[in-house]
Amino acid sequence: MKEPIEKPDFEGLSLAEIREIKAGMSHYEDKTAASIEALKIIQKHRRWVSDECLVAVAELLEMSSAQLEGVATFYNLIYRQPVGKTVIHYCNSVTCWMLGAEDISERLCRYLNVELGEISADGEYTVLPIVCLGACDHAPVVLVGDKLKLDVTENAVNEIFGR
Amino acid sequence: MENMDKPLTKNIRPDRVFATLADYESTGGYQGLRKAVTQLQPKDVQQWVKDAGLRGRGGAGFGTGLKWSMVPVDDDSSQTRYLIANADEMEPGTFKDRLLMEQDPHQLIEGIIIAAYAVQASIAYIFLRSEYHLAALRLETALRGARAKGYLGEHILNSEFSLEIHLHTSAGRYICGEETALLNALEGKRATPRAKPPFAVVSGLWGRPTVINNVETLCNVPHILNYGVEWYRGLSMGADQGTKLFGASGRIKHPGLWELPMGVPIREIIEEHAGGMQDGYKLRGFLPGGASTDFLLPEHLDVVMDYEAVAKAGSRMGTGTMIILDDRTCPVQMVLNLEQFFAQESCGWCTPCRDGLPWTVTLLKDIIAGRGRLEDLDILSGLTRMLGPGNTFCALAPGAMEPLQSALKYFRKDFERYIAEDNAVVESA
Repeated sequence: MKEPIEKPDFEGLSLAEIREIKAGMSHYEDKTAASIEALKIIQKHRRWVSDECLVAVAELLEMSSAQLEGVATFYNLIYRQPVGKTVIHYCNSVTCWMLGAEDISERLCRYLNVELGEISADGEYTVLPIVCLGACDHAPVVLVGDKLKLDVTENAVNEIFGR
Repeated sequence: MENMDKPLTKNIRPDRVFATLADYESTGGYQGLRKAVTQLQPKDVQQWVKDAGLRGRGGAGFGTGLKWSMVPVDDDSSQTRYLIANADEMEPGTFKDRLLMEQDPHQLIEGIIIAAYAVQASIAYIFLRSEYHLAALRLETALRGARAKGYLGEHILNSEFSLEIHLHTSAGRYICGEETALLNALEGKRATPRAKPPFAVVSGLWGRPTVINNVETLCNVPHILNYGVEWYRGLSMGADQGTKLFGASGRIKHPGLWELPMGVPIREIIEEHAGGMQDGYKLRGFLPGGASTDFLLPEHLDVVMDYEAVAKAGSRMGTGTMIILDDRTCPVQMVLNLEQFFAQESCGWCTPCRDGLPWTVTLLKDIIAGRGRLEDLDILSGLTRMLGPGNTFCALAPGAMEPLQSALKYFRKDFERYIAEDNAVVESA
């Protein structure tokens, strides 16, 4: 006969995640206000938000998982499917579009051999479009992880991957 | 004193080494706060800002002091009130708040503290867009520095006033910049707008009085307090007061951002500061204040940048950061790019916006693909009315219609050319 397995308080979440989410909750009158922050904490640790994590976070914040799913799917930067280790967001808003954003996106995708949203074969990268990154005086721009690449040219592959 | 005509950017160095707390203090930083909390009543601070004539820099241009004065402060002094710095800069073509937060974060923090004192708020949030990683880092550092020096926290500068500021980073959605949608986002909900009234100043975050000001607006406040109303009113060249960050992007020689007096002619921004068009390109038109403003033409270059003058020319000053349309970029395709943005960023709460914007995109795509009919232009015109002011829950769709309606007016031939080419193909077949 198997030993009963001890269940953590919020199944699927690590202690670090729970601690960080609880710290976030203290900034607001209502703990559900930490929902977006909580989803971002999950992503920091796991890159994306799985169904299991979503349910666990909802339980921790004492909200329904349907309500949290509504939040998770509303925001552009919450990923409900796996992404690569580094997400490359290329700006496709007006100034970057005018100065060659689509060409850059095509070059990056071709180099990585992926379509938008897919993970490169080595698991490193996902390319996604993003709205105006607020650096239009240096258009076109690309956000690589949390690093902003300015004045990207047709040598985008070199400028971003250093090769 | 140096750079008294450029209060917002006086600490911003060309080499972009950002201003530390000591740098900020050395040019008068936190003196405005000291004056406010030790010498002035909250009502006085409101009056100073009202008299200075400061209007919101986020796009709408509402009087800042007037907004503050609408907060009920007398009925129940124990009631929690909130102040929010709207740092969700996402209007395409706009890159001004990023500079202020990355290069001189204490200026914003001092502005928030003074504004919070004026409306007797005890908690403030900086609602920052997620992608501004460097700004987040520098603001966190600056918040720690301000706390350590007694500018922030309990009994600020030994006064009765206490304030905590939390940095909240969002997860990306244009609609969060809309005041009431921002409240829902901050409460951890989908960022759909709320019905107004009640206005946020009366019933905002968790139903409590809440003031929401744009980053650049708040950055003006310390200087008004420090140097006075009269000095502030001497800065501008036009009908509105103060200086503003004006910017330009597109095929110009020197895209960038410049702090200039309110009322500066558009020609000066494009031809002098931005250095004019790049070689081989001509100016065809421009969006004066971000994606959600009407196109203006070269004939409008002598219009000055203030709220009334740009409105009279048929557009809005908006965020004051211009997007330049050159003669080799197709205005129809540019409008398609803008409408795709708005259709994607619509929150889906009200029908005209949720359905009207994708319809607009479909029509524009059809026209560009050579499947357009002349009637489509009438349908597009109809949409600009149906999605216009008064028919939608918030300002997103009306804003989306501004570049479209002006493109239909000024660049109609470009639309018709796609349709005529299509007809030509049909006739020869």
